Parts: sequence; structure tokens; C-alpha cells
Amino acid sequence: MSKEKQPLTDTLHIPEPEDELTHPMKDYLRSERLPHIWCSTCGIGTVITAFITGLEKSKLEKEKVAVVSGIGCSGRAAGYIRLDSFHTTHGRAIPFATGLALGNPELKVAIISGDGDLTAIGGNHFIHAARRNMNLTIICINNFNYAMTGGQAGPTTPLKANASTAPYGCYEYPFSLPFLAESSGAVFVARWTSLHVRRLAKSISEALLKPGFSFIEVISPCPTLYARRNRLGTGLDLMKFYHDNAVIKHGADTSQVDIKYQESIIVGKFVDKDKPTFFESRNNFLKDRLGNHFIPYKGPEKI
Amino acid sequence: MKADPIGVATGSHYLDGDHACAEGAIAAGCRFLAGYPITPSTEVAERIAERFPKVGGMFIQMEDELASMAAIIGAAWTGVKTMTVTSGPGFSLMMENLGLAVMMETPCVIVNVQRGGPSTGLPTLTAQADMMQARWGSHGDYEIIAISPNSPQECFDLVITAFNLSERWRVPVLFMMDECVGHMTEKVEIPEADRIEITPRKYYKGDKKKYKPFNFNDSSNITPMVKAGDGYFIHLTGLTHVENGYPVISAEAQDKNVRHLVDKIKKNEEKICILEEDQINDAEVIVISYGISSRVALKAVHEAREKGLKVGVLRLITVWPFPEKRIRQLAKQVKAFVVPELNLGQVVLEVERCSSGQTKTILVPHAGGSVHNPNDILAAIEETVA
Ligand SMILES: Cc1ncc(C[n+]2csc(CCOP(=O)(O)OP(=O)(O)O)c2C)c(N)n1
Ligand code: SF4
Ligand SMILES: [Mg+2]
Repeated sequence: MSKEKQPLTDTLHIPEPEDELTHPMKDYLRSERLPHIWCSTCGIGTVITAFITGLEKSKLEKEKVAVVSGIGCSGRAAGYIRLDSFHTTHGRAIPFATGLALGNPELKVAIISGDGDLTAIGGNHFIHAARRNMNLTIICINNFNYAMTGGQAGPTTPLKANASTAPYGCYEYPFSLPFLAESSGAVFVARWTSLHVRRLAKSISEALLKPGFSFIEVISPCPTLYARRNRLGTGLDLMKFYHDNAVIKHGADTSQVDIKYQESIIVGKFVDKDKPTFFESRNNFLKDRLGNHFIPYKGPEKI
Repeated sequence: MKADPIGVATGSHYLDGDHACAEGAIAAGCRFLAGYPITPSTEVAERIAERFPKVGGMFIQMEDELASMAAIIGAAWTGVKTMTVTSGPGFSLMMENLGLAVMMETPCVIVNVQRGGPSTGLPTLTAQADMMQARWGSHGDYEIIAISPNSPQECFDLVITAFNLSERWRVPVLFMMDECVGHMTEKVEIPEADRIEITPRKYYKGDKKKYKPFNFNDSSNITPMVKAGDGYFIHLTGLTHVENGYPVISAEAQDKNVRHLVDKIKKNEEKICILEEDQINDAEVIVISYGISSRVALKAVHEAREKGLKVGVLRLITVWPFPEKRIRQLAKQVKAFVVPELNLGQVVLEVERCSSGQTKTILVPHAGGSVHNPNDILAAIEETVA
């Protein structure tokens, strides 16, 4: 097609498919917003694909799934997915999503955002949503740095790795996110890399079907910043690194899955247990205490 | 639309302003509150925590005020009326996502029971020193609605107005109480539900594929909303956006978007502003005040009248948007405006701006911690006519 690149249009819905070049996931993508902003060989796109595959696999009704992002390269995810989608403020995707999930208990709310967004500025919200077992699925794209702002160090930057605000290497201890999630109360915890597209999609569909706080960490290449600064090569080189160094260990003890700079990465489904969600606990508890005086929250009226 | 009787505690009560505010919110149809405890506003959340399970509401105590504010925006988009409540330090934390609510044009109510600041300041004592923060507290250009009640009865009545205005204009409304009003106990009459007027949310009912969440071309007809979960697949962002909600990063898009946020309030100032005027016709001096200070000012005005001074009263029930037109009119008529407020000069700046060159404006400042001594206001009135 020799058409010039169109400016962002003011129409919400995609035109009817023209030919076989139409995107195979067009029903789930806001194709009119493409091309996306991500660099070539960035891992974020793969996570979106896995999310859509996982969502289809889950057979959840599209209308009843919402997606929320914070701010960052990863935080742009919500902008490309054709669900009710919300691009919020830095770190606040989880509390915004909490409002959605409690406001309409029929919704399944997924959060796709970055490591910095969810566990630095949003860290407090993360642990409290997990503690409450809020009905949310969190997909954290961990590229080991603050990419959107130019590759600064963050709470997941491994010791010794270089970042723009750690020009001599990082000397702060990083979080191990699966351990953080489990110890805060998550009922489902998994970790994959953006190489593990099918396993990731499977985990996403399981997480979406799991009531309560589910957490999936996706180790993902940021070739433009993290990889370049650390001379780790291209996105493809990082995929090769994941291929050679990821070790699948389902049920691994999350206290033993720390990530060290350029060492092996333990992946798999680590936690899958049952516990009443915030909403169920509240309903059961208040029904018990208040009997007939309790009027359960019903969500919005149908219009 | 009339209020749902299930939430209306009809009858005569002795309530403090905080409790009355909670009852008002429930009567207004609020069924979602996210908050974090802070003196002197905690009683609002406590009463809601007790009442909501019995009226089908959802209360959640969040981990902080950043979260509380974010949660009420998310919840608002599911179709429920939402509120959060706080005081000074918490109000500061809410500023970030207040901007998001403004940008997403989300109806919601934020109660700030003001206390002395800056910082931890006077947790248990009154002030009106967050008025400019209410006006400008989040970054960027925008206009907002702020209401200032002066009694527990008004905490009930006007919080309903706050919800109604917020639905009418798709804008967060700030309910600017203060410690004194929040903690004073007076008789509060709660009417029958069918005597409480409620502005229902306007919903879009047309073709799902044609829905746009914003309309930047008509500032008086606010775009109807939809609910998450109803299959509209809306996209909302805090980024500058066009009418379909999609981000566009350009000066043109910025101009359209931000002008709309400002115009829908500014151009409708006369429809939004609620003022109370008394003894204005022959007035040579007008005392302009709001909230608790307006009650203290009444004593000074009464004494001044007894002394034969021609003093009138203008009370700002809504403080923002500022009633520019009315103040400009009155500025031509009077020798002076006297402005008592529990801060060292905030709303007075607006009065000065609107009366410049026409009349003089005299501030009666007070740093907070108690209310004014009415004699100070009287002295200011006497000074203007001397
Ligand atoms: C309150 C606030 N502080 C700082 C920023 C600047 N900022 C934008 S994105 C970002 C970091 C995002 O990092 P991460 O969540 O890891 O996402 P990535 O870009 O790496 O995908 C920061 C600090 C902001 N937008 N808001
Ligand atoms: S900067 Fe890094 S994370 Fe951001 S789009 Fe480029 S490669 Fe991806
Ligand atoms: Mg990152």
C-alpha cells in the first residue's frame, strides 16, 4: 500500500477489513492506532499478543473484561487493546482497577504495566491489593529499568547492571517480584519471559479465570535502553539468552527465585491456591454479622 | 429524579457536619466510598462504613489518599456515584488523580474538611487555607467546582448539590468543609426522599460503534457517559486526547482539550454559581465570605447595621467557579468589600481582581486555629466607611 501514514484519526472503530493483510487479532486491537510506539524487537508487543491469546482461551466475555495501565512503555498497553481500557497515572493502575472491580463485580479487570510503575511508585498499592485478595490480574512487564524515561534504575534493576541513574552499576538490592506477590497474599503467581509466548498465554488465561489477586511477571527485553547500555545485544540476542538460561520450575519456592544479573532465570507457575476474594469475604462476613440488615452491593443498574 | 428512600434517614437529627455530610452523600445516591482516615474528616468515613452495608453501598478503606482518589474514578466509570473524604495532607495526595478525574471528565465528589496547615499543621483545629489549592492544586490548566457549607444542615443539603453539579457538568466537585463546621452539632432536618432532587447520570443510548466519550465543541451540553462492562470498549487516558478518547500529542489537540475543560465551567458560571445575598440594595460595604467565616461575619454585620452603617452580605456557597460577573457588578455600587477568611489572603485575591479600579477590598486575615473575633470584622467595616 502506498498510502501515506495517516494522522491519528478521530474515529473509534476500525474500517471493515480490506484484505488478508488485516491483523489476525483485529477484534482485540485498536488497529486504527497502529503503528504502536514501541521499538522494534521490544518485548512488550509479545506480551500483548499473549494477553489476547490468553483472553480468547479463557472464553471470558469480552464485554466483561477491562484493562488498566499506569504510565511507561509497558503502560501504553491499554491504549492498543480493544476492551474497556484505561490509561491512568503513574503507579495508580491498581487502585483505579480496584475501583472498577468493586464498582462492577461482574468485571474481570486486568492490569498490564511496567516494573517501575507497579512496584516502585505503585508498590504500596500492589502489596495492599494482594493482601486484600482483590479480584485483579496483574501482568507486570519487567524490563529491569524505567524505559519510558530513558533507562533509569528501578526496583528490579539487578545488582551490578548499568542504568542511566546507576552509571557505575546498580548497588541497590532488587525486589524479587514473585516473592513479594506471594508474601503479600497473591493466590496465583507465575513468571515467564517474552520468549515463552504459549506458556505465558496459558498462565494469563488461568489467571483471568482465577478469582482473586493473580500476578504474572514477564521478563521482557528493552533493547533500546537496558540492553544497549549493558551491551547485551539486540532483542533477538536477549531472546536467545532467555532460551539458554530460563529454567522452568513449576511450584518453585518463591523465596528462591531471585534474579541475578545475566544469570539463569527461574520461570514457571509458582503459586496457585484458593482463598476468598475481598468481595466474597466482605459479603460473607457482613451477612453473618448483620443478617437481614445486610444489603449486598449489586453493582450498577442495568440501563 | 427523586432520591431513593432506602438511603434517606428522614427526620430531625442532632448531627455534626461530618455525619450530616455522610447522610447527605447517601441520600444523594452515593454508593461507593474509598477513603483513608484523617482528622477532622474521619467521622464521615466512619458513618459511611456503618451505613453502607445496610443500604447496598461499597465502602473500602484504601492504603492512602492517592489510592482513594484513583479508586473513585475507576468506580465512577462502572456507573456508581462515588465520593472520597479527607483533610489537608490527604487533600494534597489527592491532587495527582484529581487531575485525572478532570481529564477523564469523571463525576465524583471529594470532601475536604479543612484544618490548619501547611504540612501536619493543626490536625484538630479549623482553617480555610486550602481554597487556592482547591482552585489550582493539580498541575495544568483546568476549572473546578468547589462548595463551602456553613452548617451541619448545609453539609447535608449541599453535598447533594455537589453530586448533582458533578453529574451535570461531568467534573469532580470539591466539598470544602472545615473543622468547625465538621465538628459542630446542630439540628439537621432530613426531608422525605421524594423532596430530594437528584440529577441522574446521563447515559448514551445510541449506536455502540459511534460513541465518543467527549465533545469539545459544545461546552454547555456535556457528553453522556457509558459504563465499563456494557460493550462500548471505551478508551480513556490522562494524556491529552481527542473526542474519541485517543491520545494525540500536539498543540492543537491540547488547545481543544484544555479549552473545553475550562470553558464548560467558565462559560456556565452563572448556571453553576450559588450565592446568598442579604441587605445588598442599599449597601455601601459588602462583606464577602464563605463557610464558617460567613456565620461569624453575620454578627459583625448585625452590629454594624445597629450603628447605622449600610452593610450587606454576599456569601459564596460555591467558591469556585468564582462569580466574576456578580462581583464586578457590585464593585460599581459599593465603597468597599470586606473579606474575612481563615487564611492570610486567598479568595480575597479574586475579589480584588474583579473589583480593581472600581472599589477597594479589605482582607480580614486569620491564620486558623479558631474562627475570627467578630470585632475584627466590624473594625474592618468601620475602617472602610471612616
Ligand atoms: C508521578 C510521576 N512521576 C514520574 C513520571 C515519569 N515516568 C514516566 S514512565 C516512568 C517509568 C516507567 O517505568 P516502568 O513502569 O518500568 O515502565 P517501562 O517504561 O519500563 O515499560 C516514569 C518514572 C510520571 N509520569 N509520573
Ligand atoms: S524503550 Fe525499551 S521498553 Fe520502551 S519501547 Fe523501546 S525497547 Fe521497549
Ligand atoms: Mg520497566
